[in-house]
Amino acid sequence: MVKRHRLSTRLWHWTNAITLLVMLMSGLMIFNAHPRLYWGTYGANPDHPWLEVTSTTTRGFLRVGPVTVDTTGVLGHWQAPDGSTQHRAFPHWATIPSSYSLADARIWHLAFAWVLALGLLAYMIVSLVNRHFQKDLAIKGAEITPRHLWADIKDHARLRFPTGAAALRYNILQKLAYGSVLFVLLPLIIFTGMTMSPALTTGWSFLLDIFGGRQSARSLHFIAAFALVGFFLVHIAMVVLAGPINEVRSMITGRYRIPKAKDEA
Amino acid sequence: MSDLFDRRGLMRGLALTAGGLTLAGCDKLNGQPQFRELLKGAEQLNYKAQRVVAGRDALAREYSRLDLSPVFRVNGNAMPASPAYQQHAASNFADWRLVIDGLVARPLQLSLAQLAQAPQRAQITMHNCVEGWSAIGGWQGPQLGPLLRAAGLSTRANFIVFHCADDSGGAPYYESIDLVDAFHPQTILATHMNGERVSIPHGAPVRLRVERQLGYKHAKFVMRIEARERLDDLYGGKGGFWEDRADYAWYAGI
Repeated sequence: MVKRHRLSTRLWHWTNAITLLVMLMSGLMIFNAHPRLYWGTYGANPDHPWLEVTSTTTRGFLRVGPVTVDTTGVLGHWQAPDGSTQHRAFPHWATIPSSYSLADARIWHLAFAWVLALGLLAYMIVSLVNRHFQKDLAIKGAEITPRHLWADIKDHARLRFPTGAAALRYNILQKLAYGSVLFVLLPLIIFTGMTMSPALTTGWSFLLDIFGGRQSARSLHFIAAFALVGFFLVHIAMVVLAGPINEVRSMITGRYRIPKAKDEA
Repeated sequence: MSDLFDRRGLMRGLALTAGGLTLAGCDKLNGQPQFRELLKGAEQLNYKAQRVVAGRDALAREYSRLDLSPVFRVNGNAMPASPAYQQHAASNFADWRLVIDGLVARPLQLSLAQLAQAPQRAQITMHNCVEGWSAIGGWQGPQLGPLLRAAGLSTRANFIVFHCADDSGGAPYYESIDLVDAFHPQTILATHMNGERVSIPHGAPVRLRVERQLGYKHAKFVMRIEARERLDDLYGGKGGFWEDRADYAWYAGI
């Protein structure tokens, strides 16, 4: 048994787990208010969306570019717990609150946005000061060679996880995944969120330039949210495969049992 | 195998519990006044933070004619049901007067011709609907600030309320802003949109443009502008039609 994760890392991890879930579910409700995404500076009903959830009286559809997928029962056409048929984009089980309210979803979304943004900022400052970034997440030259990358991909594909002391270090795929979430996806989702604010962009109008307009920012916000869902699914799969009890315990108490090599077991 | 099965069972159990707790828990918390107030504290935080970032007079981005939306979507009421309004519309608003009263020294009644003589501003801006869509339109009309000064705004006034000609289900449409937004250079009483008189579906004869806030603040069919000390004693007490009706944020900067 060793001490693996610091208190700051653990606190931030679980705060984020709750915050991101609330932000995703309330965000899906906000999307329900206008289930269409556009590129550029403007976009409203007469304009051409690149993604939309739509429905007829009997079926629901997801449309992305020229592709239309029948999503009846899940997106655009689903049954509420009271038995009624609803034509909102995302179903009741995926949204906060579960029945339609744009105002309530915004109350949740905009409150937890502060938790997400201030939490990330605090985590970044602490991780720089206690050298968590430099020691654990910085990518070393040797790790980023195609040879090393390919070896790590093969190990992951064969579900061969590191054992002994090596299990305590992040491998290159982990570093790349955590690095993209910390330094790309989370900042992207925060700044594209800010770009949708008509007041904030008066002082920080450069946000509109960086993301190519308000509707592009809204689209990138949505894409980043689903990239985070993708990260979450892979993250959970890896926790399950690597031994969920040991992994989850290490993220709650900090204590981690170093896995033995297979032939030692 | 049994190891994997247990893990799967454990994860499924965790996922179901988390999902169930989230849905039921959040709906329950959502209905709890104290928790709601806690979450709504973020509105004050947004209000203050955005005023720091944007300052009092920072301008909303203005666009060129090339950026105009090909079709500017009409939202909400397209024609107020009130017979008085329809009479004005039928006579092309010839006898229509904009009332400015409340906490002012000299209440005003202004015709469209008088509004045209007040200091004007033209701007091409983005209309940001709370639902997520946006459209770019060109607006022109008198700035609100000089009109309030002309009426002799009292130092007791904290809010400017816009009373409109339309109602929904018997509840009159109204909106309110603070004095920082009321005196902002881009806050105008638009009489013209894209070079023509504002059409009825877009809020004729006068529509408020308060560019740093979301669409529901941009009251259409403005009939009377009232300066007030407080908002909690007016209609539902939350400062606007949507605020009273659906608990929309009073500060609509985000």
